[in-house]
Amino acid sequence: MKHGPAVELGVDLASKKKARLGVWFFLIYFVFYAGFVAIGVTNYELLGMKVIGEQNLAVVYGIGLIVFAVVLGIIYNAICTSYEDKLNNTEKS
Amino acid sequence: MIYGVSYIAIAFFLVFVSFVLGLSFYFARKTKSASNYYAAGGQIHWAVNGVAFAGDYLSAASFLGICGMIAMVGFDGFIYAVGFLAGWIVALFLVAEPMKRLGKYTFTDALNAKFNSRGITLAAAISTLVISIFYLIPQMVGAGDLVTPLLGFPHWVGVVLVGIIVIFIVSTAGMTSTTYVQFIKGGLLIVFSTILAVYIFNNGLNLKPSIGDMKHHEYMLLDAQVDAGKVIAVDGYSVVSQQEVKGMQVVKIDKDGISRWFNLVEVAGAFKLSEMLSIAESETGELLYNGEPKDGRKFYQVGHMSKIIVDGKEVEKTGPIGPFKFLSTIENGEIVRLTELKFKDEDRKVSAYYQNVTSGKDFMLPGLKYKIGKGSTFWDKMDFVSLMLALFLGTAALPHILIRYYTVPSQRDARKSTILAIAAIGFFYILTLFMGMGAAVNGVFDVESSNMSAPLLAKAFGVGLFSIISAVAFATILGTVAGLIIASSGAIAHDLMDNYMQRNPTDEQKVKAGKVAAFAVGILAIGLGIAFKGMNVSFLVGWAFAVAASANLPAILFILFWDKTTAKGIIASIVSGIVVSLGIILTSPTMWDKYGFDAADALHRLENPAIFSFTISVLVLYFVSLATQKSNIRVANVS
Repeated sequence: MKHGPAVELGVDLASKKKARLGVWFFLIYFVFYAGFVAIGVTNYELLGMKVIGEQNLAVVYGIGLIVFAVVLGIIYNAICTSYEDKLNNTEKS
Repeated sequence: MIYGVSYIAIAFFLVFVSFVLGLSFYFARKTKSASNYYAAGGQIHWAVNGVAFAGDYLSAASFLGICGMIAMVGFDGFIYAVGFLAGWIVALFLVAEPMKRLGKYTFTDALNAKFNSRGITLAAAISTLVISIFYLIPQMVGAGDLVTPLLGFPHWVGVVLVGIIVIFIVSTAGMTSTTYVQFIKGGLLIVFSTILAVYIFNNGLNLKPSIGDMKHHEYMLLDAQVDAGKVIAVDGYSVVSQQEVKGMQVVKIDKDGISRWFNLVEVAGAFKLSEMLSIAESETGELLYNGEPKDGRKFYQVGHMSKIIVDGKEVEKTGPIGPFKFLSTIENGEIVRLTELKFKDEDRKVSAYYQNVTSGKDFMLPGLKYKIGKGSTFWDKMDFVSLMLALFLGTAALPHILIRYYTVPSQRDARKSTILAIAAIGFFYILTLFMGMGAAVNGVFDVESSNMSAPLLAKAFGVGLFSIISAVAFATILGTVAGLIIASSGAIAHDLMDNYMQRNPTDEQKVKAGKVAAFAVGILAIGLGIAFKGMNVSFLVGWAFAVAASANLPAILFILFWDKTTAKGIIASIVSGIVVSLGIILTSPTMWDKYGFDAADALHRLENPAIFSFTISVLVLYFVSLATQKSNIRVANVS
């Protein structure tokens, strides 16, 4: 029985650093996400508080979680790409 | 609901579906090897793959279910959008790249890359099948809901139609076709949802929303003479009966031989009978809509605001309005929702829908479905936490999403695809808030099924927009169902037959077995789609996420991040995740109601199992792995 990727990948010397970065980014987002759930179950009234432009905290936090995910993804990609360029190119040269 | 048939909508629908099928066949001719069939040969461009990711993910649950749930219960529906999107963070940051290095065709291969274990193959293949089937149910329910207003067919016809088309696509083409179909469909869904949102803002808010052919219904409020709590006379009607249902006085009155139910209310110190919508089913299955047969067309769509406040003053309408003003105006006003009351009246089972005036403040907060505020119990809160956990952890563990990681040439491309998908999906999810709220206040809500809220809102704005949106939604379902059936058939043909039974079939036999498996899963999906009619599809998808998070995610994360993970630990974790999550779901209040029992008598109060099933699956994996270290034999180190 053969196992392996559908396409052949070269050696990626940046994979460990990227994995560590991924865990940190995940934890940052998880804290933000868990914050929303925690406010909901412990201090529900707070979600109704008006925060920005007549919008309540629930709406701002909810949309904020969506936007934050995109922003974190873009930053993550930029850092991973720089890791790959630096470590993999260094090895080749 | 009773709908007229629109021939323009049908024409556009047929053109679009033909286009999708044509595209599938075009790419089918290029599909020869097993690698092509399952993973598009690993050569899809990252941008195409990213939008296709979005197309895969923005299934019936997103477009139909989330918008529908927001229209029905306000912000609680948006919670699904937030959770579904947040799940991509787990997929991107923890799973995407390591999985890309591990896998070949399926999730099972990836799990088994470290251990050459037939047990893992079997457990993971079963898990893929169970999750795919759970995810297929809402897609099929959505398909049935969609064809009712579009083609005028009953729900089951839509389910069968989608089943047949998808079995046809999958058994003739494969992943290459579905990637491009998903790409086109994902793009169209986002573009036309944006157009719909612009229509909503341009239309503004109105106490008597009448858009196009949709005329606002003025609810009757009849004077009632009451003695000792009993209605004794109503002008122009004869009083037939009165009963208490969940603390409300429901009164049946008759005029010209047509009986209808009203609820007794007190308005400014006077007793009134407030009009309810009703669907009454006799023992023979005959249905009466508001007291008349379906042909009488006396049923209507609902949802409007009863109070609009702009700059501190009550107004009739707002005129065109910006997106954030739209939300805050709803929050400052009042919304009339129609809430279901179920009861028996003589030999009829009655679903009556009463006017439930809800403050905008409550509508724009969690709590109308998932009670977490005042009066909520410990289990209510636990259910909310459990749902949020399942949505967060489920995405990365869905087999039909994971399979797309393998369709791009490099890890860098897989990452870029995923980020593009997050951006596209995130934008769409923000739109669902406006589409759902728009459907709640513009008199388009169908009390029989919340799922059609967004397409019906589009219908109010014009048959053109409706036909495009419906065709895209139908294609959405086709694409998602195709992806799920490919994942299921891969589990059966590749994992079970090839790897577990070790029959070593040829490439041609593998593809053939996949097609036979696709047919079998398709037939099963049709049956379940009919059985679950009327349920909100997002809610059903929440279950699929809970099973995926419990059965697959602990195994994926442990194998990627913990060296002491053993094959036996993985098998035990997958099995316990499936058993516990299924056990909780099948004994939940919602399923109790489905079985015909009183939901209040269910074995427990949890609707969402992840908080227990995921935790148990993690603990089982940890302890079984520790206990089986001696037998921990690896075939490769892939970290």
